[in-house]
Amino acid sequence: MTVDKPRDQQANNFAIAAMPPRRSAPLQVLSILFKSPVGVAGSLIVSVVVLLAIFGPLVSPHDPLNRNIRSRFKPPGFVDPSGNVYSLGNDQLGRDILSRIIAGSRVSVLVGVVSVLISGTIGVIYGLISGFIGGILDSVLMRIVDGLLSIPFIILVIAISGVVGAGLSTLILILGFTGWITYARVIRGEVLKVREMDYVMAAYALGQSRLKVMFLHILPNVVASAIVLAAVQVGVTILAESSLSFLGLGVKPPTVTWGLMLSDGRQYINSAWWMTLYPGIAITITVLGVVFLGDWLRDFLDPNVRGRA
Amino acid sequence: MRGFFISRMVQLVVTMFIVSVVVFFILRLSGDPILVVAPDFFSEEQIEQMRKFWGFDRPIGEQYLNFVTKAITGNFGTSYLAKRPAMELVFERLGYSWMLAAAAAAIGLTIAVPLGILSALKRNSFIDLIITSLSSLGTAMPSFWLGLMLIIVFSVHLGLLPVFGAQEPKALILPSATLGVGMAARLSRMTRSAMLEVLNQDYVRTARSKGLMQKTVIIRHALRNALIPIVTVFGLQLGWLLGGSVVVESVFSWPGLGRLMIDSISVRDNTVVQAGLLFFALSFILINYAIDVIYIILDPRIKFQ
Repeated sequence: MTVDKPRDQQANNFAIAAMPPRRSAPLQVLSILFKSPVGVAGSLIVSVVVLLAIFGPLVSPHDPLNRNIRSRFKPPGFVDPSGNVYSLGNDQLGRDILSRIIAGSRVSVLVGVVSVLISGTIGVIYGLISGFIGGILDSVLMRIVDGLLSIPFIILVIAISGVVGAGLSTLILILGFTGWITYARVIRGEVLKVREMDYVMAAYALGQSRLKVMFLHILPNVVASAIVLAAVQVGVTILAESSLSFLGLGVKPPTVTWGLMLSDGRQYINSAWWMTLYPGIAITITVLGVVFLGDWLRDFLDPNVRGRA
Repeated sequence: MRGFFISRMVQLVVTMFIVSVVVFFILRLSGDPILVVAPDFFSEEQIEQMRKFWGFDRPIGEQYLNFVTKAITGNFGTSYLAKRPAMELVFERLGYSWMLAAAAAAIGLTIAVPLGILSALKRNSFIDLIITSLSSLGTAMPSFWLGLMLIIVFSVHLGLLPVFGAQEPKALILPSATLGVGMAARLSRMTRSAMLEVLNQDYVRTARSKGLMQKTVIIRHALRNALIPIVTVFGLQLGWLLGGSVVVESVFSWPGLGRLMIDSISVRDNTVVQAGLLFFALSFILINYAIDVIYIILDPRIKFQ
C-alpha cells in the first residue's frame, strides 16, 4: 500500500473490515446490502422506478396522452365497452392515470439524477477549494454560502424559475445550480478534517504539488460524504420538481409529471379524488425509496457504524 | 455579552448584504426587466421612457446601490400591479404567515418531542419501528399533497373544515396541520437520535443509580440535554417550514407572504418578489439568532462569544 494511492488503501480497508475474502467488489456490496431490510427496500423501490422510467412505454397499459371524452373522470377499476381496464381511473380528459404515473417517473428520475450530478459536482469543488485553500478565500466563500442558505431552497428555486421561465431542461439547470449550496458546507468540513491526516502530510513530504494533493488525496476521501448527501438531495430535488410543477412554475404540459397531475387533481378535488391520491403515492414511495437507500449508504460508507451493525 | 451581540450584528449585516446581491441579480436573470413588464403594443420610445422611469437605464452597479440604499429605509419600490408600496403589501401578509408558521411549529413540536422520546426509550421495539416508519413516510411525502388529501377527507367528504381562505379561525386548522405533520416527521427523528445519545451518558446512569424515578431522569437529566440538538434541528427545519408554507399557502389560498410571492411571480411584479424574498431571509436569520440565545439559556457551558 503506497501513500499516493488512497483509493486502494480505502478499498483494502473495506475488504478487511467487513467482507469475506475472494469475491468481486460488486458482489461484496450486494451481500452487505441484502443484510439490511432498509437497504433492500430502498434499492428495490429505486430500481423499479428507474426501470419504469426507462422501459415505461413497454409496460404502460395505455397511451398516457390518449384522450377519450367518453371515459372522463372514470373511477379506479373502470372497464370501457371494448374491455380495456383502467385500474387507477381516468382524469378530466379521459387519460389513464396508471399510464400517466408510469410516464411521469421519467421526469422525476431525469430531474433527480441530472440536477444532483450538476449540484454535487459544483458543491464538491466549491467545498474542496474553500476548505483546502482556507484563509480569507474560505471566509468569503463560506459567508456567501451562509447568505444563500438563509433563503429557503424551495423559495429560491421558485423565484428563479418564476423569472427565468419554466420547462424541463431549464428546471433541471435551476435545481442543479442552486442545490450545490447544501454540499459546500459539509464537504468543506470534511476537507478540514482530511487535510490534517497523516497520509496528506506524507504526500507533501514526498514532494507532491498542492493541486495533486487536493485532487488525488483529499478529494477521494470526501467522496463518501458527497454520495450520502447526493442520495438525500435526489429526494429533495424530486419533491422540489413536483412542488414547482404543481404551482405551474416547473415542467409544462404535454410532458407528464406527477406534480402536474396533482395540479390537475386539485381542480377536480371535489369529485375525482383518485386524480390526487395516486400521483402523490407515487412521489411518496419514490422519495421514500431514495431516503432508505441514502440511509443504508450512510451506514455502509461510515466504517464506525458499519462495524457495529 | 456585548461582544456577542456586536459580532452577531456584523454577521447579520454581511449575510443580508449577500442576500441582497442574490435577490437583486435573480431578477436580472431574465435579461431586460423592462421587456418583461412592458405591454406588447409599446413603441421603442415608450419602452425607453419606461426604462428611464424605473431607473433601468443606469449602470448595473448604480442600480444595485440604489436598490440597497432604498431597501435599508424600507423602500422596495412600488408594486407594478397594485400601484402601492411593495413593503405595505408584504406587511399585510406577514402576520398571516407568522400565524401559520407558529401554529405549524407548535403542532410539530407537540407531536415530535414525546414520540421521539418514546421511540428512543423503547429502542428497537415495535413502537419504535412504527414511529420511525411514520417519520420516514412523513419526510418523503410532499407537504402540498398531504394538504390536498386532508382537504379530500375533512372538507369534501366529512364537510367539517373550510377548504380555503382565512375568514374564520377554523381555516387555520388544515394548513397548519399539513405543515405541522411534515415538521413533526423531521423533528421526531432528530429527537430520537438526540435522546439515544444522551441516554448513554454517565450522568444519566448516575441519576438512575441514585434511584431517581424514571420520569425524573428522563425529563430533568436526559431531555434537558437533548434539547440542544433538538433546538438546532428545529432551526434548520425552519427553512423547510418557510419553504413549505409557500406551497401550502397556495393550496389553501392562505393569504400569507408565500402566496403573495407566487401571485407576484406569475404576474412578474418584481418589486414585491424582491421584498418578499428579503423578508423570508430576514425572518429565517433572525429566528436562528433567537435560537442561539436559547442555547445559552439551555446550556450554561455555552458562553456568549
